[in-house]
Amino acid sequence: MDYKDYYQIMGVARGASQEEIKRAYRKLARKYHPDVSKEPNAEERFKELQEAYEVLRDPEKRAAYDQLGARWKAGQEFRPPPDWGRDFEFSGGFAGGRDETDFSDFFASLFGAGSPFGRAARAGGGPRRGHAPVGQDHFARIEISLEDAYRGGAHTIELKSPELQADGHVVVKPRALRVTIPAGILEGQQIRLAGQGSSATGGGRPGDLYLEVAFRPHPLFHVEGRDITLTLPVAPWEAALGATVPVPTLGGPVEMRIPPGAKAGQKLRLKGRGLPGPGGSAGDQYVVLKVVLPPADSPRARALYEQMKRELAFNPRADLERGR
Amino acid sequence: MNVQEVTVIEILDETRTLGIVELAACARVEPTRVVEMVEAGLLEPVGGAMEQWRFAGRDMRRLRAAERLVADLGVNLAGAALILDLIEERDALARRLQQLNSLFGET
Repeated sequence: MDYKDYYQIMGVARGASQEEIKRAYRKLARKYHPDVSKEPNAEERFKELQEAYEVLRDPEKRAAYDQLGARWKAGQEFRPPPDWGRDFEFSGGFAGGRDETDFSDFFASLFGAGSPFGRAARAGGGPRRGHAPVGQDHFARIEISLEDAYRGGAHTIELKSPELQADGHVVVKPRALRVTIPAGILEGQQIRLAGQGSSATGGGRPGDLYLEVAFRPHPLFHVEGRDITLTLPVAPWEAALGATVPVPTLGGPVEMRIPPGAKAGQKLRLKGRGLPGPGGSAGDQYVVLKVVLPPADSPRARALYEQMKRELAFNPRADLERGR
Repeated sequence: MNVQEVTVIEILDETRTLGIVELAACARVEPTRVVEMVEAGLLEPVGGAMEQWRFAGRDMRRLRAAERLVADLGVNLAGAALILDLIEERDALARRLQQLNSLFGET
């Protein structure tokens, strides 16, 4: 396993005070919190940060970690020393109570359930839930395409489920679920799969699995609730004279009538062409017109522009001049 | 790795709502915690009296996110509510910006 430099992760010096470490954590947590952050890899960075803070915030763990010495470099191949934890006293308090199953092997080998720290914590802390041994709930995100949300369909998701072994070690087991999702699911909606969480110790009911639905970005369509928006390029004469043009929708192309005198940015509605809803209802598709100019890249095209310039009394800046 | 087939029947949304006891059980918090969140304006159930409160899937999401923000950033429930409101606003603006970019941007 790789050595983790917790000081480097938190961006503090090895001699930093507990107060400095707390401040660094707060600052980085704001930046990388997965509920807040738009940074790429925010979730990974935040987990790493939590792991580092879990060790450095706790004077006992930090002292033990410091004993490894400063000669280790991040990413270096690491084995815990054979006498690890021998000379330390543990208070046994479970400082953070965080879910440590997401932390690295490096953390698990030093401070996890099988380590001297973990054994002390179990002896002192006791189980977190006194009554009703219910298995833990699991949460996962599932990303689907807009087309799949429209049609519904089956998706295979791979999950990593931490399982507690009899000897107190946690092993992460991969498993796959093929989930059939009904048509018309919306972004942000929660799917509950009862009994698909962790199995409970002592015969209690297993936890549930919650899936949060996210849509993969679509090259053409934007989604807001059940409504879909599409930007439709049109020629100036299609906007000016009106036209009937093919428009892509989630259900396939449809013919749409553009009224004469349509303007750039004008929003037209295709009723019921959005995502399906409960009871036969459906969102709408909005089509926003984008007027695209033909390039003046041939003598003929230039001549036509010249002709318009001569024969049309058109001042695109009339509003500006009136405003003066 | 064997694959297990599951059909989704339970989507938490506007049509499948939860009462306070059910939401608290789902989120594994005490019902009093849910009451605190409603008082902080973090959750907005439909219905007047507590016994009639109905929560949508959005509330479940906000509840869980709020618990994470409180635990990880040290904010209180009012702070978490403000963060979540601003994030929703930011995401709505980002979507709008994306739309406008596709309208005015180069094609």
